[in-house]
Amino acid sequence: MPNTETYNDRVVRLFLLAAAVWGVVGMSVGVFVAAQLAWPALNFDTPWLTFSRLRPDHTFGVIFAFGGSALMGTCYYVVQRTGHTRLALPKLATLTFWGWQLVCVLAMATMPFGITQSKEYAEPEWLIDLLVAAVWVSFGTVFFATLARRRIKHIYVANWYYGAFIIAVALLHIVNNIVIPVSLTKSYPVYSGTVDAMVQWWYGHNAVAFFLTAGFLGMMYYFVPRQAQQPLWSYRFSIVNFWALISVYMWAGSHHLLFTALPDWVQSVGMAFSILLLMPSWGSAANGLLTFNGSWQRVASDPAAKFMVMALVFYAAATTEGSLMAVKTVNSLSHYTDWTVAHVHSGAIGWVAMITIGSLYAMAPRALGRPAMHSKRSMELHFWMHTAGLILYVASMWTAGVTEGLMWRATDANGALLYPFIDSLIAVRPFYLIRFLGGLLIVGGMIVMAWNLWHTAEDARARLIKPIPVPIPEPEPHQVPAPVPARA
Amino acid sequence: MAKGYRYFEAIEKHAGKLGILTAIMVSIGGLAEITPLFVEAHAITAVEGVKPYDPLRLAGKDIYVREGCYTCHTQMIRALRAETQRYGHYSISSESVYDRPHQWGSKRTGPDLARVGGKYSDEWQRLHLMDPRAVVKASNMPGYPWLAGEKIDAGDIVARMRALRRLGDPYTDEDLAGAPAALEGKTSLDALVAYLQGLGLPPEAQAAP
Ligand code: HEM
Ligand code: HEM
Repeated sequence: MPNTETYNDRVVRLFLLAAAVWGVVGMSVGVFVAAQLAWPALNFDTPWLTFSRLRPDHTFGVIFAFGGSALMGTCYYVVQRTGHTRLALPKLATLTFWGWQLVCVLAMATMPFGITQSKEYAEPEWLIDLLVAAVWVSFGTVFFATLARRRIKHIYVANWYYGAFIIAVALLHIVNNIVIPVSLTKSYPVYSGTVDAMVQWWYGHNAVAFFLTAGFLGMMYYFVPRQAQQPLWSYRFSIVNFWALISVYMWAGSHHLLFTALPDWVQSVGMAFSILLLMPSWGSAANGLLTFNGSWQRVASDPAAKFMVMALVFYAAATTEGSLMAVKTVNSLSHYTDWTVAHVHSGAIGWVAMITIGSLYAMAPRALGRPAMHSKRSMELHFWMHTAGLILYVASMWTAGVTEGLMWRATDANGALLYPFIDSLIAVRPFYLIRFLGGLLIVGGMIVMAWNLWHTAEDARARLIKPIPVPIPEPEPHQVPAPVPARA
Repeated sequence: MAKGYRYFEAIEKHAGKLGILTAIMVSIGGLAEITPLFVEAHAITAVEGVKPYDPLRLAGKDIYVREGCYTCHTQMIRALRAETQRYGHYSISSESVYDRPHQWGSKRTGPDLARVGGKYSDEWQRLHLMDPRAVVKASNMPGYPWLAGEKIDAGDIVARMRALRRLGDPYTDEDLAGAPAALEGKTSLDALVAYLQGLGLPPEAQAAP
């Protein structure tokens, strides 16, 4: 019986395209808001161009539109490859693509007009939230239905992370967005004050944990061994880290509210669990890096692998920094300052964006029916632009953050405050300029990537791609649920 | 190893069990921290004297939300000496019980606003919102000149008060009936200034003049 089952890479290609486009859009908005902080005239006294209305467009654009599209696309790619099976429910899968793009467009188009819940990373109003929930449940359905028809009995660890990402984000999204609508464009949350703050940062922190960490770890656990062409350094270690990560992270949200009106015990619990988090974080970073052991010469010649290595280094760095910032004495200095912004972006531009870019470069030729990316030199260029921009961004914001923290608390010999608030802003204005330049480099790199992908996709545009057949392994006896037979 | 691994295999080879265990593990932390707060929240709401926002300040608060002021300003003075010295007494829970959602913020590009009420004159606040650099030369805050030309829609605010009442905020029928008169002829700028001028004042001082 000839095997005619092929991988469904059409929906993967669509998400790939979306990730490239949203990456450029989201980060360009980032550069624009960075410029507004340096030159406030750029607000143009126009409501929908004003910094405070555009900033959520940046965070939503990079996290949910760019990150979300990349995560969903790679998730569909990985679950098929690791299970040796075609994606289940192909129509629903395509629907999740269009649904998610609709969510992103609606959110990005309404927030600049002041339609916002003002909850960080959950700004879109209730109608869009309902749509998010529907798309998310469909995404989970496609994922778990594909897992159920896998032909490899073992569920590879990348899928564990993707699974946890899907389950946890659904839970967080629903609990944090329970509101009473007043009109189509306005609602009030059922929580208020301190309770709302705790729910919000339980959500906000775990959006970082499960969207920006667990999801991208799933990506890492598949594409790093693939690119190193070696098995994972320790499979067992990855499993231990998985359970530690998902159970510890949920406790740590209160480190966003240290010294506030939140009860003391919740703050202390959050601080303790944040320090514990070092273990699974370093565990995964080490596991990924050690997987390259023995193939470091490949890294020198393969820009996709370079992106992955740098991503893992920044993952280790950002999590170390995060645990440090969760210590009350450190947080008393760093909280509310640009140090937090530096930490966010060493995680976001260093870890999240770099693992995504590395994985896209690894996946794109395979999904687009090409032996390699169109231009390797431009991948190399992208790597150096991104790295240089990242360092400019993070170094300038660290300096700015520590400066602010120190100036806000500085006192003279009599114990009176030394600086009026505005002096700290004047002191950090030059750093806002440096951050803007770093951002320009990063967006430039993203445009280079988009150009490269466009040329790699020539065959796809001409509809010349031959679908890749699924390798059908020997059937395993007694598998529950039984795998779906290959369609003849 | 072999024996323990058998149990482990039961999870590793069954998507359903893996999913359920994951869901349980991720739920524990949140439940443990948030449930006690819910219980305590009832105690906090009961504090004497803190009243819900009057119609004009409510409108102002929602403009604060709409314009995204929280992206640069916090409303949470931490219990640290340098903070209380600069901004006044540290913030306490009962002060934000009527904030849906809370406006504590996470980044200070500008100063904290939890107790800014009465710090400047109404006139200063207006000028500053229209053109920040007219009063603070080095500021990087955007101007919000469109607020001055925007009339408040009383019907909308009454609908909002009704929704808040359904959530448990103690608005009376008289409060609702009086709202249109209190909002007569007011602009978004008036509302935002009224909101800012009420921030951090003790409840008696907040009563509308
Ligand atoms: C071109 C690169 C980027 C530039 C120039 C940029 C710029 C900015 C700016 C100016 C802010 C506001 C900071 C403030 O309010 O003081 C910001 C916030 C933020 N950005 Fe970016 N960004 C970039 C890339 C990214 C990426 C790739 C991600 C995520 C994947 C990201 C996630 C965030 C988040 C989560 C915040 C909110 C931080 C907080 O509330 O503390 N950014 N960014
Ligand atoms: C062990 C891991 C980590 C720990 C313990 C940790 C801890 C922290 C702490 C203490 C803060 C500062 C809260 C404040 O003072 O306001 C923070 C903020 C933040 N972190 Fe992390 N972090 C970790 C990893 C990461 C990673 C990998 C990312 C990836 C992007 C990330 C993204 C963020 C974001 C977006 C915020 C800003 C939230 C806001 O104020 O808007 N973190 N984190």
